[in-house]
Amino acid sequence: MSPASDSYNPSELLICTASRLMKDNTTAFIGTGIPMLAASLAQRMHAPNLVTIFEFGGTGAILEQLPLAVGGENTFHRALAASGICDVVETAQRGFVEYGFLGGAQIDAYGNLNSTVIGDHQHPKVRLPGSGGANDVGSNCWQTIAIMRHDKRRFLEKIDFITTPGYLSGAGAREAAGLPPGTGPYRVVTNLAVCGFDDVSKRMLLLATQPGVSVQEVLDNTGFELLVSSHVEENLPPSAEELHILREEVDKDRLYI
Amino acid sequence: MELIEAGQGKLIQYPDMNEFREWNRKKSKVLVDKRMTEAEAVRRFIHDGAYIGTELYGTVRCPMSLVNEIVRQGVKDLRIAGQGVFELDMLLGASLVKELDLTYIGLEVYGVSNCLRREVESGRIETCVEWSNAGIAWRFKAAAMGVPFIPVRSMLGTDTLKYSAAKVVECPFTGEKICLLPALILDVGMIHVHRADIYGNAQIDGISGFALEMARASKTLIISTEKIVPTDEFRNHPDRTIIPYYLVDAVIEAPFGSHPGEMCYQYVRDEQQIKEWVQASADPQTTRAYLDKYIYGVNDHGEYLDLIGMERLQQLQHVAKGASYDESGI
Repeated sequence: MSPASDSYNPSELLICTASRLMKDNTTAFIGTGIPMLAASLAQRMHAPNLVTIFEFGGTGAILEQLPLAVGGENTFHRALAASGICDVVETAQRGFVEYGFLGGAQIDAYGNLNSTVIGDHQHPKVRLPGSGGANDVGSNCWQTIAIMRHDKRRFLEKIDFITTPGYLSGAGAREAAGLPPGTGPYRVVTNLAVCGFDDVSKRMLLLATQPGVSVQEVLDNTGFELLVSSHVEENLPPSAEELHILREEVDKDRLYI
Repeated sequence: MELIEAGQGKLIQYPDMNEFREWNRKKSKVLVDKRMTEAEAVRRFIHDGAYIGTELYGTVRCPMSLVNEIVRQGVKDLRIAGQGVFELDMLLGASLVKELDLTYIGLEVYGVSNCLRREVESGRIETCVEWSNAGIAWRFKAAAMGVPFIPVRSMLGTDTLKYSAAKVVECPFTGEKICLLPALILDVGMIHVHRADIYGNAQIDGISGFALEMARASKTLIISTEKIVPTDEFRNHPDRTIIPYYLVDAVIEAPFGSHPGEMCYQYVRDEQQIKEWVQASADPQTTRAYLDKYIYGVNDHGEYLDLIGMERLQQLQHVAKGASYDESGI
């Protein structure tokens, strides 16, 4: 990896961190925003054969231009297949899709996500857009990666609404609910940390801090008891090469970064 | 099958497959010219309280000229399959929606829908029933199959299921829990396509979203099309027909019918117009001003396009053919 650049913004950090989790020759369900930029960066860095899947039917697009919509033409630009929503989600339901990238307004210790309402469902304080494809991705992809901003209002012991299943109430709960065995949250990528999940309890586990962030700072910004790995690593900052590609190729019009 | 859990959401549209069969039996199979204007189609087929759906998404191949006409005619108390961006924002902005089967209504990169927030948080929308994205598409698929429900592995274990009208049962074959989604039959479906003939045979380029399923789940289907083409184009390439004519009740020729959304390979989305709406929708008064200017203030889609201006529309075509935004001047 080329030398680190000393200056980058939080979006660039999230994009580069998520991008490094995308492996070559795997299938990944990609949503609008940061996952798209991360996938485009990954295709230009280490994962040229990353197969992107967009929920309205694009499979295997080469992300030369950033899509602004999950059904936009760039989601099937030079793609391998252009089908429809049933086909791609059924592909995940059959076990073909390794990774799914998700976001949300709130997340809890088991990786459950809320993108439906803040407050009570009947009389919400804030009506959010709803599940969209998130529940399908969180139910059917083998491993999901949530990308979140990290603060106490978002990382909660109890979220207002479980839109998308994480490990639900803990070990064995997904299987008990009827979700496909062996699926579930894999990583949570934030501006402060990268977390995984404890093998036994399925609670969120701090694996690595972002550059210059202390473990205490992560804990102080988490609204539930976050488990801490016995060996917390510190992520490398975005490299000069990553930032150059991101700024000059992936998002040269600065739509997102 | 043992019923294990039932979502507490309202079943807004009852999946009566026998009635749907009778309806389809009576539908004309005659090859007749079904061309009409947006105004005529909406007047004839979309009534107060109708359960309607649009495809694909408000910024992608979406029947905006039809949605604008619904707003213009003020068809109210609509019940809607809520998978949308710009188009449903127009209906919400005009307070025409009463009940929602909701999976996603938002502005994608521009965030939450202010109109959805106002309509739901004020209680003007009486019913919000939650589903996943594929959940809605699979509900159309069940209706398209002519069966009352479809088993799926989404939504299990979540509040999305709890606030839906889905049910969880023990699978009679494997004994595992499985989620059953009720078929969703639309009173009226609206789909915008790349080309159609005068009878309603239709082709779509690029991804097909949920057009195939929704077309077959609609009691009445209105097609708007960028272009009317001779039927020979279908007879020469029957493998390309996604919607056969007998599903269709009205054909509307609507060039730039998806504006300000995009139409793949033909024109890109109009970012300037979309941003104008995003800003206007933040406040009820500016929302009303936007609707006054672009919908109530024009008589039809042709006048709307005049208001946008041919120069800008041609720039959007130019970018779709490979020019950069900078070169096109938008």
